[in-house]
Amino acid sequence: MVQYNFKKITVVPTGKDFIDIILSRTQRQTPTVVHKGYAISRLRQFYMRKVKYTQQNFHEKLSAIIDEFPRLDDIHPFYGDLLHVLYNKDHYKLALGQINTARNLIGKISKDYVKLLKYGDSLYRCKSLKVAALGRMCTVIKRVSPSLAYLEQIRQHMARLPSIDPNTRTILICGYPNVGKSSFINKITRADVDVQPYAFTTKSLFVGHTDYKYLRYQVIDTPGILDRPFEDRNIIEMCSITALAHLRAAVLFFLDISGSCGYNIAQQAALFHSIKSLFMNKPLIVVCNKTDLQPLDGLSEEDMKLVVEMKAEAMKTVIGQGGEATDSDEVLLTMSTLTEEGVIAVKNSACERLLNQRVELKMKSKKINDCLNRFHVAVPKKRDEKERPPCIPQAVLEAKAKEAADIEKRKLERDLENENGGAGVYSASLRKHHILADEEWKEDIMPEILDGHNVYDFIDPDILQRLEELEREEGLRLEQEVDNDDFEMDGKELTPEEQEALAEIRKKKSLLIQQHRIKKSTAESRPTVPRKFDKERKFSSERMGRQLSALGLDPTSAINRARSNSVPMRGRKRERSLAKGDDGNDAMDMDVDQSSKKLRMMSRSRSRSTSRPPGEVVPGEGYRDSKQKVHAMKLAKKSVKKRNKDARRGEADRVIPTLRPKHLFSGKRGIGKTTRR
Amino acid sequence: MRLEKCWFCSSTIYPGHGIQFVRNDAKIFRFCRSKCHKNFKMKRNPRKVKWTKAYRRLHGKDMTQDSTFEFERKRNRPERYDRNITENTLKAIKKIEKVRVDREARHHTMRMKGKKAKEQREAAKELEQGIHMVKAPAALQKEPSLTLPKIKVKVSHQQAENHPMEE
Repeated sequence: MVQYNFKKITVVPTGKDFIDIILSRTQRQTPTVVHKGYAISRLRQFYMRKVKYTQQNFHEKLSAIIDEFPRLDDIHPFYGDLLHVLYNKDHYKLALGQINTARNLIGKISKDYVKLLKYGDSLYRCKSLKVAALGRMCTVIKRVSPSLAYLEQIRQHMARLPSIDPNTRTILICGYPNVGKSSFINKITRADVDVQPYAFTTKSLFVGHTDYKYLRYQVIDTPGILDRPFEDRNIIEMCSITALAHLRAAVLFFLDISGSCGYNIAQQAALFHSIKSLFMNKPLIVVCNKTDLQPLDGLSEEDMKLVVEMKAEAMKTVIGQGGEATDSDEVLLTMSTLTEEGVIAVKNSACERLLNQRVELKMKSKKINDCLNRFHVAVPKKRDEKERPPCIPQAVLEAKAKEAADIEKRKLERDLENENGGAGVYSASLRKHHILADEEWKEDIMPEILDGHNVYDFIDPDILQRLEELEREEGLRLEQEVDNDDFEMDGKELTPEEQEALAEIRKKKSLLIQQHRIKKSTAESRPTVPRKFDKERKFSSERMGRQLSALGLDPTSAINRARSNSVPMRGRKRERSLAKGDDGNDAMDMDVDQSSKKLRMMSRSRSRSTSRPPGEVVPGEGYRDSKQKVHAMKLAKKSVKKRNKDARRGEADRVIPTLRPKHLFSGKRGIGKTTRR
Repeated sequence: MRLEKCWFCSSTIYPGHGIQFVRNDAKIFRFCRSKCHKNFKMKRNPRKVKWTKAYRRLHGKDMTQDSTFEFERKRNRPERYDRNITENTLKAIKKIEKVRVDREARHHTMRMKGKKAKEQREAAKELEQGIHMVKAPAALQKEPSLTLPKIKVKVSHQQAENHPMEE
């Protein structure tokens, strides 16, 4: 509602900003590219569009400003006057008028230039026309920019005005500065108005809300008014005067009877009389504040007289309304905001008076039928004189009476708790009211678990009986067992020697299995070494002899035969002549036997003259002569001989230093999945 | 406070132990320890997992039906407290337990009954079939008993043998 909420007005930009906004908008929202080779109509259309677009935007924004700012004649006179007081009505109207003319001017400019553009004959000419048009529009706005700034300030201030509804129930607080108006409003509402010892702490109107009889009342705090001729008043005082003049509200005139505001009662009474014309038709209450510093009865004679005068005035307003001479207490009240005595009474009486006045007015108005149900409960007319009271059965009455008596006599659990030490100390026995067969069982603690069983699962009224049956059964079965128990003496037990043989057999079996398992698991990495290179001496004739004798055979002949056929590890080969008559006891002869290969090497064939014989070693690479090289070769072979016989891995055997190098097994692929590496 | 049974291994779950899993169909699975829980998550059938009670009962290793099991039944209706009944129940639980344990033991002995004879038969067979691993056929012919052969110590000056002698 424009009437009452000025927060919705859009922001008014400054002149420069305004121009920037519109021009950049034109730049963005209209096509930007044009070449001089285009058809002339196209060029003209392009530039006309820009001019028109700019004009439209200006028109829109300026219209928005003009429409959203309230017209002072259209709004409630209270707001109209308030706005006039705060910002001069004439200035306000002038600013808005200037904006209006600017809008019209821009429209005219655009029309003129569009007309000119229709006859532009080259790109350059059209372009300059457009530039001129936009330039003139922007100049118009630049000239109007002070008004824009002024309107922006007004808008900001208006947004912060208190939202006062002129038509609802309102209570107005007025009086000299520092009499305690803001403290009062702080007490009865949730408003947090500044209270300070200097005058004119409150510089504008403040609104609070309070409740009375389920209705909401606005309470308006005004800045203090001084006793001055009307023309001399400043803006702040004019605010309060405006509020007094236009709002239909209950008025609380505050009087400081202690004089601590800096003005005595005479001055305050003078003020009262000078503005009493504003209290026409409003329920008026004269409130004497700061009674903690100076009670009402302690006033001097003249002061009392003045107060009584004011009261009389106030009474006049009461009488003027309803024609009833009410209690003087309703018109003149005392209170102290510091000690808070009488504050609620003041509020209640003000609300009451206001409510009555409004109700009366509503009764007299034509719209009474709409809200009549709120004031008046219809009762059916009596048709005869018989009394028909409401019928309540006797039993209900008795029960009610008993209940009332009971409630006083009954002791609550809460009382019991408090007696026995309070909440933390006493814990109520929840089993007090349990219904059991025997009262002593109430405090019994029953075990729930016994030996890994839930007791609740076993509970049965006739458990004893069943237990007896079970035991009988068990007894029977025991007897049966004793009868049937046949000792199964097994006939065939193995003798100790047989047991030993069996153990031996099992040992051998398990050994075989173990060896097989080892062989199986290391098959790939175990070297296949020929028998003549066995390190563990598994194939010696002594071993064979042992094994054979363990089996129960005589090993001697086998050993002899084996020995005669074997070649010793160290030592020379036997001559054949010796082999025939050999039995294991003789020592072996050392025989020198030269290999045929060697013999061949030493001799040189006559058929060769210049070529080198096969097997000759040429000393190259730093050897003195072939003999040295031969020696070197021998040494090399010797160093590898043992390792080769052990069939171990050598230098030339391929070895993978790291089986799973990180650079091959980690990282993401540039493209594709990494499900395998 | 109630002692529950583990769904997987059927052992009792004491308070403060185990995990309870509630499935979307509101069936509750209780587990006594993470071993059972993990086996369940692997979707193993307790009837096939050797160490569970379900397997043992199914394969006849443990007693299946017995009147002692009738005493322990989950009652859903709470009974009114009666001191005498409770006393009797507590005493009865102990006795029932004893009877049950005895019956279990008897079941076990019944199960193990033919073991000794069977073992002996197997041993005899093994001996007969495997005697060739420790006794050469020649020695067996000479001495047809199923025992280790008697080793004659032959001392030659090249070989000094020490054999365990058996006479």
